Amino acid sequence: MNHDYQYTPKNGFSKWLDKRLPLMRFADENLLSFPTPKNLNYFYTFGFILTMCLVTQIITGIVLAMHYVPNTSLAFDSIEHIMRDVNYGWLIRYTHSNGASMFFLAVFIHMFRGLYYGSYKEPREIIWILGVVIFLLMIITGFMGYVLPWGQMSFWGATVITNLVATIPVVGEPVLTLLLGGYSVDNPTLNRFFSLHYLLPFVIFGVVILHIWALHVTGNNNPTGIEVKDSKDTISFHPYYTVKDLFAYVVFLLMFCYFIFYNPNILGHPDNYIEADPMLTPAHIVPEWYLLPFYAILRAVPDKLMGVLLMFGSIVVLFFLPWLDTMKVKSARYRPLYKIFFLLFVIFCLLLGYLGAKPPEGIYLFLSRVSTIYYFAFFLVIMPILSRIEKPSPMPIGISNPAINNDVFDSGGGATGAPSYAMDSK
Amino acid sequence: MTDTNDNHDPSRRDFLYITTAVFGATGAASVAWPLIDQLNPSASVSALSSIEADISSIPEGGSLKVAWRGKPIFIRRRTKEEIEMAEKEDSVDLPHPEKDLDRVKNKEWLVVVGVCTHLGCIPIADSGDFGGWFCPCHGSHYDISGRIRKGPAPTNLEIPPYEFVNENIIKIG
Amino acid sequence: MNIFKNIFKNNLFIFFIFILVFNTNVDAAEGTTLKNLKPGFSFEGPFGKFDKDSLKRGYQVYSEVCSSCHGMKQLSFRNLSQPGGPEFSIEKVKAIASSYSIVDGTDEYGEPIERSMLPSDHFPKPFSNKDEAKAANNGAYPPDLSLIVKARVDGYNYLYSLLKGYEEEMPDDLDIGDLSYNPWYPGGAIAMYQPLYDESVEYEDGTQATIDQMSYDVTNFLAWAAEPTMEERKRLGFIVMGFLIIFLILMYLSVNRLFRDVH
Repeated sequence: MNHDYQYTPKNGFSKWLDKRLPLMRFADENLLSFPTPKNLNYFYTFGFILTMCLVTQIITGIVLAMHYVPNTSLAFDSIEHIMRDVNYGWLIRYTHSNGASMFFLAVFIHMFRGLYYGSYKEPREIIWILGVVIFLLMIITGFMGYVLPWGQMSFWGATVITNLVATIPVVGEPVLTLLLGGYSVDNPTLNRFFSLHYLLPFVIFGVVILHIWALHVTGNNNPTGIEVKDSKDTISFHPYYTVKDLFAYVVFLLMFCYFIFYNPNILGHPDNYIEADPMLTPAHIVPEWYLLPFYAILRAVPDKLMGVLLMFGSIVVLFFLPWLDTMKVKSARYRPLYKIFFLLFVIFCLLLGYLGAKPPEGIYLFLSRVSTIYYFAFFLVIMPILSRIEKPSPMPIGISNPAINNDVFDSGGGATGAPSYAMDSK
Repeated sequence: MTDTNDNHDPSRRDFLYITTAVFGATGAASVAWPLIDQLNPSASVSALSSIEADISSIPEGGSLKVAWRGKPIFIRRRTKEEIEMAEKEDSVDLPHPEKDLDRVKNKEWLVVVGVCTHLGCIPIADSGDFGGWFCPCHGSHYDISGRIRKGPAPTNLEIPPYEFVNENIIKIG
Repeated sequence: MNIFKNIFKNNLFIFFIFILVFNTNVDAAEGTTLKNLKPGFSFEGPFGKFDKDSLKRGYQVYSEVCSSCHGMKQLSFRNLSQPGGPEFSIEKVKAIASSYSIVDGTDEYGEPIERSMLPSDHFPKPFSNKDEAKAANNGAYPPDLSLIVKARVDGYNYLYSLLKGYEEEMPDDLDIGDLSYNPWYPGGAIAMYQPLYDESVEYEDGTQATIDQMSYDVTNFLAWAAEPTMEERKRLGFIVMGFLIIFLILMYLSVNRLFRDVH
C-alpha cells in the first residue's frame, strides 16, 4: 500500500495501546484514512450495504432463535407465537425474512458490478474467489433458513432439493440418508438445519473479513479499470466514502422498509403459511425468488444428474473467471463488445429468474435452455474469445488524467502499453 | 486528502453534519428498543400473569392450592378459633413481627405464596408446632397467619397481590 | 447532478428486477379461475385500518357458522379484546371464553378435569384430529382459518369471492358429483357446501345479514386473524419511512457538501 500518511497515536492511552494491540492503527488504516479511488460510483456502495445486511440478519436471527422451536410439531406454531405474542416479534420476523431477499438483491448487484468493471481480474482474483465462496455459503444458509418455518414450501422445497443428492452415482443414496438423518425430510433434518443455519452466518462473517483484507492488499478497483497511480487519484475513505456508503444504505433501507411495513409477504409464497403436510404436495413447488435462476437451469436439462451438475456448475464456473477473461483492459466502459454481451447476460439472468417460477414445458422450457446455453457460453466461450480479439475504445491515461492514452495495446495478451497500465501501483 | 474549500462557512457546514449525525444516532438507538423489548414477557405469558381462583367450595378450615406465575399459592379459609389465635399472637416475640390484620384483606381468608422464605421449598399444610405450615427441608414452622415462628426462614410467607372480585372469586396478580 | 443520476439508475435497475419478480409470484392461481371480486376493504393501503364493527360481526359469523368445522388454533380469546382487532370488552371476552370447556389436568385419582375456558386459552378445536375432521366432512379436511388469508394468493379478495361464489349458476354440462359448484375454487368443484345463506346469522348490532354482508364481514375478520398486528405495522411504518426520508435528505445534502471539493 502506498500511503504517505502514517497513523500516529495522539494521546497517552493511544500510544500505550498502539504498542500492545494496534487496534486504533488498524481502524485508522483500514476504515478512516484508507486511500480509495476518488471516482467510485454508487455501484461500489454495495459492499457496505452487504455488511449491514449480514449484521442485520445475524442480530434478528439470534433474537428469533430465542423464541423459535426447531421441532416439527412446534416449529410452525412457534413462528406464529413470534408473530402474535412476542413484543415486536412480527417486526423482527419480517425484517429477517425480507432481509434475506434484500441480502441476495444486494449481492447480485455487487457481483454484476464485479463482472462489469473487471474486479475479478489480476491482481484481485482472491477477492473474487472469496466472494464466490461467500455467495455459496449464503445460498446454503438461505436454503436451510427457509426450511425452518416448516410450511408447505419449506418441506417440499427441502424434499426436492435434498433428493438431488441421490442422483450422484454410487454414493448418492447413502449420502442423502446421512444428510437427512432419516429416509425423508423430517425432525432430524429440521434440527440439524437449524443448528447449521445458526452457524454458517458466522463462517460467512469470517470469509467476509478475508474478502475485505484481500481487497485492502490490492486496493479498490474503480470504474475506469485503470489502477491508482498516486495520491492524486485517491481520497481518504473517511469521511467521503463512509458518508456516501451511509447515504446509499439509507436509500436501500427505504426499499427494505417498504417491504417490511407495507408488503411483507410479497416476496414469499402463500403456501408457506400452510403447515407442512408430507402427504400433500403443493401444485407448484417453487423456491424463493433469489434461487429461481438456478432452479431454471436445473429443470432445463432433461437428464436429472446433468441438471444437478449444471446447476452447481453455474456457480463453479464463477471461480474460474479470472482465467477465462484475461483481457488487460478491465472495465467494460472501454470494451464496447463485452458491454453488449454483458447486457445480454444480465437479461438472460433475469429471464432465467422469471422462468424458474414457470412450469418447465413448452416455450418456457425452450427459453430456459436458450438462456442456460448463453449463460455458460458467456463465460466459457465469449469471454476467452473477446480476451483475444477485442479492441478497447479510447481510454484516459489515469483516474485523474482524462487525456486520451495513445499507447493503448490492441489485444489482451502481451501488453505493449505504457507502464501507466502496470497492475501494481505500489 | 483533498484540501477543504475555504469558501464554505464552517459553522453552516458543521451544522448540517451535526444534525445528520444526531438524526442518525437517534435512528440507530431506536432500533435497539424492539430488540430489547422482545426479551420482556410475551403477550401469552403476560396473559397468565394474573389468575382467578374460585373459592366458593372451600369449607371452613379447608384450603385451596393454585399455581400463579409458576409458584403455588395457598388460599386458606380460617375457622374462628384460627383467626383468634392469629390475632392473639400479634404480641408474641416474632422473628419477623407483623400484625395478622396487616396480612389479610378479609380475616376469614389467608392468601400466601406457598414458598418457604428460607431456600424455596413448599411447606406442608396443617403441620408444625404452630397450627400452620411446616417446611420439611430445614425445619421452618409457620403459624396460621403464615408467619415464621421457628426455624431458619428469615421472613414470613409472602403475601401476593390479590383482590376479591366478588365473594366467590379471588384474583391474584 | 451526477449523484442523483447514479441513484436513479441504481433504483431503476432494482425496480426493474422487482417488477419481473412480482409478475412471477403474484399472479392469480395458474390459468382457469375467475378474477377475484374486489369489494375494497378498509384495511387496504398504507394507512389502512380494520373496521371494528365489521370485525365484531365477522367474529359472530365465524363462531356461529364456521367454527363447527374450521379451527382457528393460532388465536386466543384474549386477542378479541386487544387493540387493533374487534376490540370486544374484557367482560364480553370472558363470557365468550367461559361458554367453552376444556380438559386441563387430572384430579387426585388421575381422572381428567374439565374446566371452562379462560381468555388466555386458544380457540377450541372443532375436531380432535385431522382424520376425525375428514371423516365428518366427506373426506375433505376443513383447513384451519387462522392464516387462510395469507395462505392464498390475493387472499382476502379470493375468500370474499369464494363465499359469494356459490350463488353462481353451474353450467349444465358439468358433472361434479357430490361436490358444490364454485367458479372461484380452482377446478370449480369444492367439497364445502354453501356455508352462508341470507339471514344465516342474526347480527347483534342489527345489520342485515345478507350473503354479501356476511362474506364481507367474515373476510374482514379472517384478514385480522391472519395478522392481528397489521395496524401497528402500518403505524410504525409511517414513522420509520418518515424518519428515513428526512434522514435521506440530510444525507444527500451531506454527500453533496462533502464531494464538492473532489475532482
